[in-house]
Amino acid sequence: MRALGLTLLAVIVAAAVAAPIAAPYAIDQPFRGLLNAPPTLPHVRDDSGSWRAPFIYPWTLTNQLEQRYEQDRTVIVPLRWFSDGHLVSSSDDGHVPLLLLGADSYGRDVFSRLVHGARLSLALAVAAAAGALILGALVGGIAGYAGGVLDDLLMRGSDFVIVLPAMYIALALRSAMKLVLPPFEVFALLAGIFAVVGAPFLARGVRAIVRSEKQLDYAAAASSLGASHARLLLRHLLPAARGFLGVEITMLIPAFIVGEATLSYVGLGFPDPVASWGTMLHDASSIRAFSDFPWLLSPAAAMFLLVLGLNLVVQHAGVAPVYNDTDGSPRRLRANSDTLRS
Amino acid sequence: MTGYIARRLTFAVVLVFAVSSASLMLARFAPGDYVTESLGVNARRAAVDAARARYGLNRTFGEQYRDWLVGALHLDFGRSMQYDRPVADLIPERAVNTGILAFSALAVATLIGLPLGVVTGTRRRGIVPAAIRAASLVLLSMPPLLTSLFLVFVAAKSGWLPVGGMTSSGGEGLLRHMIVPVAALALPLVAMFERLQSQAMSETIGQPYVVATFGRGVPLSRVIWRDALKNALRPIASIYGLVVGTLLSGSFAVETVTAWPGLGQLMLGALRARDVYLVAGCAAAGSVFLAIGTLMSDAALAMVDPRTAD
Repeated sequence: MRALGLTLLAVIVAAAVAAPIAAPYAIDQPFRGLLNAPPTLPHVRDDSGSWRAPFIYPWTLTNQLEQRYEQDRTVIVPLRWFSDGHLVSSSDDGHVPLLLLGADSYGRDVFSRLVHGARLSLALAVAAAAGALILGALVGGIAGYAGGVLDDLLMRGSDFVIVLPAMYIALALRSAMKLVLPPFEVFALLAGIFAVVGAPFLARGVRAIVRSEKQLDYAAAASSLGASHARLLLRHLLPAARGFLGVEITMLIPAFIVGEATLSYVGLGFPDPVASWGTMLHDASSIRAFSDFPWLLSPAAAMFLLVLGLNLVVQHAGVAPVYNDTDGSPRRLRANSDTLRS
Repeated sequence: MTGYIARRLTFAVVLVFAVSSASLMLARFAPGDYVTESLGVNARRAAVDAARARYGLNRTFGEQYRDWLVGALHLDFGRSMQYDRPVADLIPERAVNTGILAFSALAVATLIGLPLGVVTGTRRRGIVPAAIRAASLVLLSMPPLLTSLFLVFVAAKSGWLPVGGMTSSGGEGLLRHMIVPVAALALPLVAMFERLQSQAMSETIGQPYVVATFGRGVPLSRVIWRDALKNALRPIASIYGLVVGTLLSGSFAVETVTAWPGLGQLMLGALRARDVYLVAGCAAAGSVFLAIGTLMSDAALAMVDPRTAD
């Protein structure tokens, strides 16, 4: 099961990293005659029953109004491998594109957008997780190290952020900026918001660890050798929280991905034509899309597979699996309720 | 005990106050205000000024905040500019809608997740526990945004259940409309409760007093469902407070996908239109939910484990 999880993660990360090669087309390249066209599945046998190299059949529009397509079985379009810097595309890219997951309502290739979107969604989640890591480790470290009033203040603040409905904070903070922002600013803003919302969960654990580590002999030894407070905290005490932080980070990442998806879904995320899993879901947000063009929901499937992969890996590492919140705040399962109440 | 309740209540009041004040401030200092959003960029200067004066947006934030606070003490939370109705009238019906969703989901999740957790926590082998565990793992990987998308897809494709809104003109009732959103919100929670209860049960079941009770000849099912379960309730009771926050966030996604007219929808619209008092009102209502949730959780915890209240 763990191998399955790792495989899922590896495939998704590889697709994201290799997006420019793996994607046959650019994210904003529209195919005019193919709005909401269904996937063109690669075939290896033609109608006469003989085997061929992988090929696709073109779609012909049969109903303009309902956007229904029919396969033209008389024309065979072979696939083209390793050309123009793309892994695979169609040999007639202009007219018969390879649409592995169909086309969206602008006629853009969903598969290409999905792998490029994986890049953006994953990068955002990783950046936000890194921010949360730094913030959480610092706040928790200082609170645990200093103790007293500072500890009280920092922990009360963290408890406060934890108890708030994270989605509403993210929403309010996001709306405090202009509704439409350039992609880079959205990226920075969302990463910042998610980092702030996620950090308290880390801070709590780090504080507990630093507090108990501080009592140990090696800490006393370091400080009697003349280590400064900062050095003692950063070099000696915080590394003890590495394991905890590692686990927490793997749980924050899916929560952040879903958080981006939710904000983009309601139109407060990345602007069009940027492809992220959330903006793609936003394009799919109509009942019509659900019932007639289900391939538009492929980002949801991708998100599910990613979180499932993480859960499989984490669960078999002996840690309780993640519960995600849709919103950028992870609520981890904890059997030990004392960590929640202390 | 009294001191404990007083402390928790104080925390609740501070929470509601801080959240609504902060959101009023955020909404106020955001670029643009209700007038620019509703009249557009081409509006005449005089019209903009007149509208600002009418809504009281030409005052400084300090004055506005003071008036709002004084009003709030008299349960007057200002007037929504978007709907031209008092905020205090608008919020309750939407809050009730969100409440219906959240508390039904919580009830469903507890009623299903808890017993399942007892089963998987007390039986290591067998097809049933293995199937439950696998289902839990899948559901844990589907946050409410995904479950609601998936369920709406199934409902739209099959036509079994109505999709979108709370009622429809065809006379289909609230109950049938509730199935999709409540299930979407409850399913990840069922999995979470199942995992949590399972862990707690398997820890409890190994304790000497359980073994001793069983050894005394008390039937196994009675030991599990009466003696062990009671002690294994603590983890779930203690996360109830956090779960309410989770439910509120989750219900935002579910409300958006299933067009359920709840608090999340109202707040999103208010934020977009820069309807400041409505934003503050929604945030306050949300934090009241949270405060209720934390109080409930504390009460449940104190019941399950009296030591907590000391």
